[in-house]
Amino acid sequence: MSTETIDLKTRLIADFHARESVMNGEASSAFHQKKRAALAEFDKLGFPTPRNEEWKYSNVKDLVSVSYNFNAESSLGLADLEDLKIPAQDANIIYFVNGHYHAELSRIISSQDQITISSLSEAYKSNPSLVNSYFNELVKDQDDAFTSLNTAFAQDGIFIHIPDNKTVEHPIILRFVSDARLENVGSQPRNIIAVGRNAHVKLAEAFRTLGTERSFTNSVTEIYVGEEAGVEYYKVQNESDNAYHVGTTQVRMLDRSQFYAGTVTLNGRFTRNNLNIILDGERCEAHMYGLYFPDGTQHVDNHTVADHRKPNSESNELYKGILRDKSKGVFNGKIFVRQDAQKTNAFQSCKNIVLSTEATMNTKPQLEIFADDVKCSHGTTTGQIDEEALFYMRSRGISKPEAMSLLMFAFCADVVSQIKIDSVREYLENVIAQKLASK
Amino acid sequence: MLSINDLRASIEGKEILKGINLEVKPGEVHAIMGPNGSGKSTLASVLAGREEYEVTGGSVVFDGKNILDMAPEERAAEGIFLAFQYPVEIPGVTTINFLKTAVNEIRKYRGENPLDAAQFLKMVREKAKLVSMNDSLLKRALNEGFSGGEKKRNEIFQMAVLEPKLAILDETDSGLDIDALRIVAEGVNSLRSPERATVVVTHYQRLLDYIVPDYVHVLYKGRIVKSGPKELALELEEKGYDWIKAEVEAVG
Repeated sequence: MSTETIDLKTRLIADFHARESVMNGEASSAFHQKKRAALAEFDKLGFPTPRNEEWKYSNVKDLVSVSYNFNAESSLGLADLEDLKIPAQDANIIYFVNGHYHAELSRIISSQDQITISSLSEAYKSNPSLVNSYFNELVKDQDDAFTSLNTAFAQDGIFIHIPDNKTVEHPIILRFVSDARLENVGSQPRNIIAVGRNAHVKLAEAFRTLGTERSFTNSVTEIYVGEEAGVEYYKVQNESDNAYHVGTTQVRMLDRSQFYAGTVTLNGRFTRNNLNIILDGERCEAHMYGLYFPDGTQHVDNHTVADHRKPNSESNELYKGILRDKSKGVFNGKIFVRQDAQKTNAFQSCKNIVLSTEATMNTKPQLEIFADDVKCSHGTTTGQIDEEALFYMRSRGISKPEAMSLLMFAFCADVVSQIKIDSVREYLENVIAQKLASK
Repeated sequence: MLSINDLRASIEGKEILKGINLEVKPGEVHAIMGPNGSGKSTLASVLAGREEYEVTGGSVVFDGKNILDMAPEERAAEGIFLAFQYPVEIPGVTTINFLKTAVNEIRKYRGENPLDAAQFLKMVREKAKLVSMNDSLLKRALNEGFSGGEKKRNEIFQMAVLEPKLAILDETDSGLDIDALRIVAEGVNSLRSPERATVVVTHYQRLLDYIVPDYVHVLYKGRIVKSGPKELALELEEKGYDWIKAEVEAVG
């Protein structure tokens, strides 16, 4: 592939104007106006550099110095999918290949009576005002170049709309496949999950790559959690060694709702996940779990925000990582407790095992508390395998590699066990066991 | 079965074992007693292969093999078992899964086929009964949240499952009340056989009321300074260790 250094920002802006010039009436729509504003924002911000505090440890220079085909065709068919599969019976499976909805591969089994589960592009065609009422509303003030870029180019992704008191019986599994067999490919999935009052859904985003050329995924998911609603949301990244991924999940919770997030990064060259939760209601419960296993020179960065805006809510966060070789990990967890958010309980913990002297982990908890009656705690640990536990196991006849892999699997267990979609959890248990055994 | 010759070991440059000699034959029970800091637990750890200790001299031959060059897991597979003074809590690994891995790794070392799930469960249930181990503990994470007595019982249970030729009990009585002590001792006694030897490391005599030794050795300042029949333990109980210390100092 092309290795010449290019200016990705300039190319993307030119590409936007070229697309806009062939739009007809749609260019004046409210939807498109949001995109145009986002492009201007992207132009103003530019791709972040390490001088930007939020990107201090994650340099995107490599990521933005090559070109990607954002409209790559793919011949992907069922036969190519065998080893990409998360086996999932009793689930809605929806495929996006290089960012585009793939109808033939997808299977929606849940009742669509009043509930909408469709691609964003189709949803927009059939009900533009509904889609527009949610699109970009949660992330518009992000001040983040990648999010603005995604908004400007948003074409496809999932649109899930669940009216009040409805429950989606089967989990929804979204599979984002980058087909990088022939060239560098880029995709910018945009997902909207709007969950009404006392409505419930479980969903997972699974990212995979085919081929060894470079892939760049810039994904944004907006999740609206209505009063008393329950949402479980998992993100599983098992991409190639040449996959770059930047993603933002923005969540707003209303009174008495519950939200669970699980973010598992199994593989990928460069990964940056932003998970921002606004607890904009009383007696909300937000849970965030994360797990990452970088090796080689891989880079995994998790930024999270729990923004408590109303009283009596709780957030609980546990991230864990195992770092090998020359890999790098970053964890930045912000907790805001606004003045009105009395009686907030907020807990945060990040635990890491660093298996090599050349691997590094940067952890930064950030608490900003403006209320006086709150319970907050945070803690980070970075250490090695527990030698005493290792000796105990070896003294029972378990070989050192086997003991290491059992201990590491156990280390991951309290995150993996939180994943409540059985097929996703079982998939992760298998992949993690293999990953730990193979090293 | 076990032949220790002039064994010397140190940790962080400090010599703890200063020439240990000990012969253990199949079927025998040896008690190693001694005041705190005499090197009792170091001896147990060195025999099991704990890597913090550096062996600076001597030899340990077990069943004709020099074990000092072996990894801890190889020693276990050869048939040496150490019951820990402080069993380690391992969250996330169930006792049953831990033991299944151990049993099958040892079988692999010996060139035997792994036990299947049914065979393993049957065997484990029998052994659990033998040491009055509650089945519900097997499904819990290894030693996590176990009481002191449960942890020690779990050690004896593991010993029953792994069927070692040589069991080394390191201060197994510490932290146990008299009922727990009796249950643990009964477990050990039920595993006694003419082929199996036991080394009991203890500070106090009371465990030896239940696990009756054939020989008692007193370890002091890194050496075995006195050996005798089981009555020696009673004498130590009655008189303490000071007379032994005085004897050693007198000899110089």
